[in-house]
Amino acid sequence: MKKKPSAIRVLAAATTAALALGLVSCSSSPDVEDDGDIKGSTIRVTLANHVWTETIKDLIPEFEEQTGAKVEITQLAEDQLSDQYNVKLNAGTDEIDVLMYRPLQENKLFASNGYLADMTDLVNGAGDWDWSDFQEGPASLTSWDDKVVGVPIITERTVLYYRKDLLEQAGLEVPATLDDLEAAAAAIHEANPDVAGYIGRTAKSAAVTQFSAFLFSYGGAWINDDGTSAIGSDEARAAYKFYGDLIREHTNATINPEMSWPEAFAVFQQGQAAFLADADSLYKNMTDPSQSTVSDSVGFAPFPEGPAGSKPYNVAAWALAMNDTTANPTGAWQFIKWATSKETTLKMAQLGVSGARTSVWDDPDAKSDYPEELLEAIKINGKNGVGQDRPLVIEVAKAREIVGEPIVVSIAGGDVDAAVDKANSVFDEFLIQDSE
Amino acid sequence: MSTHLRRDPNSRRERFSRWADHHRKWLLAAPSVIFVIALLVIPLAWTIFLSFTDAKRSIRRPFSFLGVENYASALTDTARFWPSVGRTFVFTAGALTFQLILGMIVALLLWKPFRGQGVVRTIVLLPLVATPVAVGMMWRLLFEPNIGFVNEMLSWFGIPPQPWLADPTTSLPTLIFVDIWQWTPMVALILLAGLTSLSEEPIEAAKVDGANGWQRFWFVIVPLIRPVIIAAVLLRGIDALKTFDILYATKGKGGGAFHDVETLNIYAYGLSFDYNEYGLASAVLVLFFLMILGVIWLLQMQRKVRQS
Repeated sequence: MKKKPSAIRVLAAATTAALALGLVSCSSSPDVEDDGDIKGSTIRVTLANHVWTETIKDLIPEFEEQTGAKVEITQLAEDQLSDQYNVKLNAGTDEIDVLMYRPLQENKLFASNGYLADMTDLVNGAGDWDWSDFQEGPASLTSWDDKVVGVPIITERTVLYYRKDLLEQAGLEVPATLDDLEAAAAAIHEANPDVAGYIGRTAKSAAVTQFSAFLFSYGGAWINDDGTSAIGSDEARAAYKFYGDLIREHTNATINPEMSWPEAFAVFQQGQAAFLADADSLYKNMTDPSQSTVSDSVGFAPFPEGPAGSKPYNVAAWALAMNDTTANPTGAWQFIKWATSKETTLKMAQLGVSGARTSVWDDPDAKSDYPEELLEAIKINGKNGVGQDRPLVIEVAKAREIVGEPIVVSIAGGDVDAAVDKANSVFDEFLIQDSE
Repeated sequence: MSTHLRRDPNSRRERFSRWADHHRKWLLAAPSVIFVIALLVIPLAWTIFLSFTDAKRSIRRPFSFLGVENYASALTDTARFWPSVGRTFVFTAGALTFQLILGMIVALLLWKPFRGQGVVRTIVLLPLVATPVAVGMMWRLLFEPNIGFVNEMLSWFGIPPQPWLADPTTSLPTLIFVDIWQWTPMVALILLAGLTSLSEEPIEAAKVDGANGWQRFWFVIVPLIRPVIIAAVLLRGIDALKTFDILYATKGKGGGAFHDVETLNIYAYGLSFDYNEYGLASAVLVLFFLMILGVIWLLQMQRKVRQS
């Protein structure tokens, strides 16, 4: 019995010591030699499954030849990538030097947790690399607390994918408004019962980003200026109803409620849907004949106008950051600098990956691989675009589940108003906690 | 010469040797004790510690003690926690009941030698060797409501397509079926081992006394292999309670759009990896751990009562 208190004291002391060691939550400026020799060193880079990754993998041997460094890639699907970061960065690992992450989803969380190194001095002092060349919107999403913590690599906007052949067959024009879109979806489905008029993401969390274009175009928003929930507005309710009806009413198929982009794209690629609004950065999945049976007949259009106009998102989807606890900051910075340089961004653009550099967007050579119609849609969507596709909060994953609830209820044909009322009050509570 | 060969009883080596001899039970057990402490006790103690804190977003952030607040909020949460508890037990009970019945039938069929027994046993065991995530992915494709093979097969018999995993009312039963498909062979294997070790005499005696097949099974075989049945229930029951892979592989985070297959494991995983609420997630896991301990205790108590 006598031993017990002392054992508790030892445990408490050990825990306190572990906590004291663990509590390092401020990002710091890494000790980097801008043009330091990294020959023979290994740079460990963690990347997501994405067209950008496939493209950069082909270019990496050039970097290795130039610098003499070895690049070790870990490539994961989005969910597994997030889990990996949650475990490794939480533990303060030095096994990751460079990480590919989603600024809208993770920038606030990772930066406030101290996972991302402060690169402000590095980007500002990089001369010809030219930080000012990056588009302001995307660049602002990779900053936190007036510090630059990431460099955007991929930008994307909502684009309307459509089947030219089906539209032609029905004698219809490309829809310019959301009402036209619904009418065209209905007409095509009626003429072709096996084809869904519209397919879109249905999974609660995954659907939020694509639904945002509908929400904004209906005049709705996620959060009011005073920081309260905006999803209870009449505009938001109308958008929720429209999105659910659009998917549910023009199909004979049983709707899979867990669809993210790969599942929704698969339906379109198999020729079983007439319209789909999703990220333009994924267009190669539609035009690649090895993946798509409709590669010849897919068309691209700006997002249709709703009551508040056409308001797709225009965001930095992915960025590169340096792990705050990297053991190789010089190598990490040189890799980021090379992967986001004008030359690499230009090569990427020529292969169909849209970056965030203004000079590359202005370069006619950059667009050789893009379908003409897509370029036009990107131009218009870029002009109309809103700089967010999900609630800009710290705990984005939780917020997406809350605001996504009425989407799944609407798709299932449930009571949307009741779902919105409930989600609205839960979201209000969440926003108070999130800002604490 | 002899002085060279004789060992000095006070040398360090000799003293260590004597010490090791006196403490050999501890010394030999040390590697496994260290292993258990490192992989079981420390993580468990850390989880219990976190469950009393408000740790969220990152463990590298400062956090403070909350007392039992996390436990209180979990136990009063009727939206996610209690439905998850319900699903966990429905899933376990549903899967276990069918696995025991079917496992017993398979074991009885394989009990007596017949031609091609080896081949049949191998085929029956095949689902057991498949990786659960791969099994989940495979059944997800088979149960796809529009292009899946299961609905295609039903259409040959004029049965209308079913939503399977796509509908919140049918997704949990569908996954119970998948679990039964995969784990019945294991239960059959355990029961078969029990049956094989049975002596023929009591069964023959019952036969001579005029007992029919069912009576011999229910009043002779089942009581004789009861310890084996309890072992199978314990092993499979605990395993079914902890099921994660097939649920996550088929329905993803949160157990589906309406949390329709969200068991305690899936809920705790979501709290930890999706919401980064480490304190609450730890409290849920500790509660889950206590529930499993409770179930084991109940089963053991029942066993003791029967034995006495």
